Amino acid sequence: MTSLPATTEKRLGLVIDLDTCVGCHACAVNCKEWNTGAGASPLADIDAYGSDVSGAWLNRIHTFEVTPDDAPAQIVHFPKSCLHCDDAPCVTVCPTGASHKRPEDGIVLVTEDLCIGCGLCAWACPYGAREMDPVENVMKKCTLCVDRIYSETLPEEDRIPACVRTCPSSARHFGDFNDPESDVSRLVAERGGIDLMPEMETHPVNKYLPPRPKTRPQAAAPSAAAPASVPKADGFLGWLDAALDKLG
Amino acid sequence: MHPAVSVIFFTVMSGAGLGMIFLLGLGFPVDASAAWVFLVGVVGGGLAVAGLLASTFHLGHPERAWRALSQWRSSWLSREGIAAIATLILFGIYVLIWLATGSRHQVLGLLSALGAALTVFTTSMIYAQLKTVPQWHSRLTPVVYCGFALGSGWLLASALGTHEAPEYWGIGLIGLAWAAKWMWWARASRSRLGDAGSTPETATGLGFIGKVRLLERPHTGENYLTREMVHRIGRKHASRLRMLALVLGGIVPALVLAIVGLSGAPALVNLLAAVSMLIGLLAERWLFFAEAEHAVSLYYGHR
Repeated sequence: MTSLPATTEKRLGLVIDLDTCVGCHACAVNCKEWNTGAGASPLADIDAYGSDVSGAWLNRIHTFEVTPDDAPAQIVHFPKSCLHCDDAPCVTVCPTGASHKRPEDGIVLVTEDLCIGCGLCAWACPYGAREMDPVENVMKKCTLCVDRIYSETLPEEDRIPACVRTCPSSARHFGDFNDPESDVSRLVAERGGIDLMPEMETHPVNKYLPPRPKTRPQAAAPSAAAPASVPKADGFLGWLDAALDKLG
Repeated sequence: MHPAVSVIFFTVMSGAGLGMIFLLGLGFPVDASAAWVFLVGVVGGGLAVAGLLASTFHLGHPERAWRALSQWRSSWLSREGIAAIATLILFGIYVLIWLATGSRHQVLGLLSALGAALTVFTTSMIYAQLKTVPQWHSRLTPVVYCGFALGSGWLLASALGTHEAPEYWGIGLIGLAWAAKWMWWARASRSRLGDAGSTPETATGLGFIGKVRLLERPHTGENYLTREMVHRIGRKHASRLRMLALVLGGIVPALVLAIVGLSGAPALVNLLAAVSMLIGLLAERWLFFAEAEHAVSLYYGHR
């Protein structure tokens, strides 16, 4: 049923720390790897080794330049995947019931056998979290690694989403936002976690931790434009110097 | 947004067909032989069916399209499917009874008219519901879709039916539809993403630091998102296409109607007006998609 649940028992999701993300794309690569080899249909690519590569990914890393009024620009790497919104517009537009939000943990999923590939859910999502699989012709999206987090066979430490498991700079965190004592809830409270495009009223579960303020240089450094004084050369170099001067 | 030919064809053709079904259901006069009535029914129903079939070409899995009838509680697309099928069945029975008995079943006619109006409305709501496309997210969107469906339906019905002097009504309906579209265009020009309060700064949450600009895309080539929602090639000829839409979709049909009305030429000539309007509407619908800005483009460097 593509009506949204009024509340969900848990609200599982991610915290993404824009301060520590180094933009290595390891989370996206591990996401692709896991979701290509795991239970559901693979995440397909077209012309994977050719000049016009294209394919379905569930996680994409953008890089932005942010320029303050009074300081040099800074670079922010920006991983983006499904935000598992409380008011997910991608769910209610689905005509078949393929797109749904689970009442038990709030994860937004697509039942691939029910998907007709109309693409309307991708139109309804402001974040670009859904991509059509070019081979299966069904909509693909982040499952929050539902096949890892509830696994009974994987080692305990691997029962977290692949992107979180692989992040080398601990920029990604997974947990239940309904539990105020969870790591993710505390991180959001301490660091002032934010929603992306709040004006779309999707109420995302995933939160982003803004970059910490940059330290600014105390005083302006001496101008690099002023040439340093050049020591006077003698001998052969002195002759060369004088000769070149004469050439104008 | 990517202007998919199947969806453009679908909305224009099924709109005209459903407009015609609406008018026939309300009792638009067709005092002619059974063969002619059959033809009129086939044109109305056929255009609606052709449009609906074209729309399934847009699907990744057309064979599962029947599943789209299940989510009418929440989904406008599902409601549209149900309304379209119900309308076509009702209208089919209406025409069969008409052919068999020579008289028109009034209640069935009214029900098919209601169904046709609902179908066009639900089609327009598929677009109007999307907050992610501020230019579509307006009450004017259903008004425009219904206006064009009624206008183009009237032109077809007036050419094939026996309404007395349908030309003046036709000119009025085309005028109203284009007045609505003019208002829609005026609103769209001040309903871009930034006007709706969405900027690269809100998309990234980084506006508190300063001005945000995309430095690097996540991928070197295109992907589904950029092809489908960050599509901009179609905007190249926007002003010329807008002129074409207005001339072929409004001015030429109105002139044809005026000439037919004044000269007393056979009503069948109105078919020229109908064909011209449908071609103009294809251009109008192309622009409806091509000029629409989707929120996700903010993550791809478009302000």
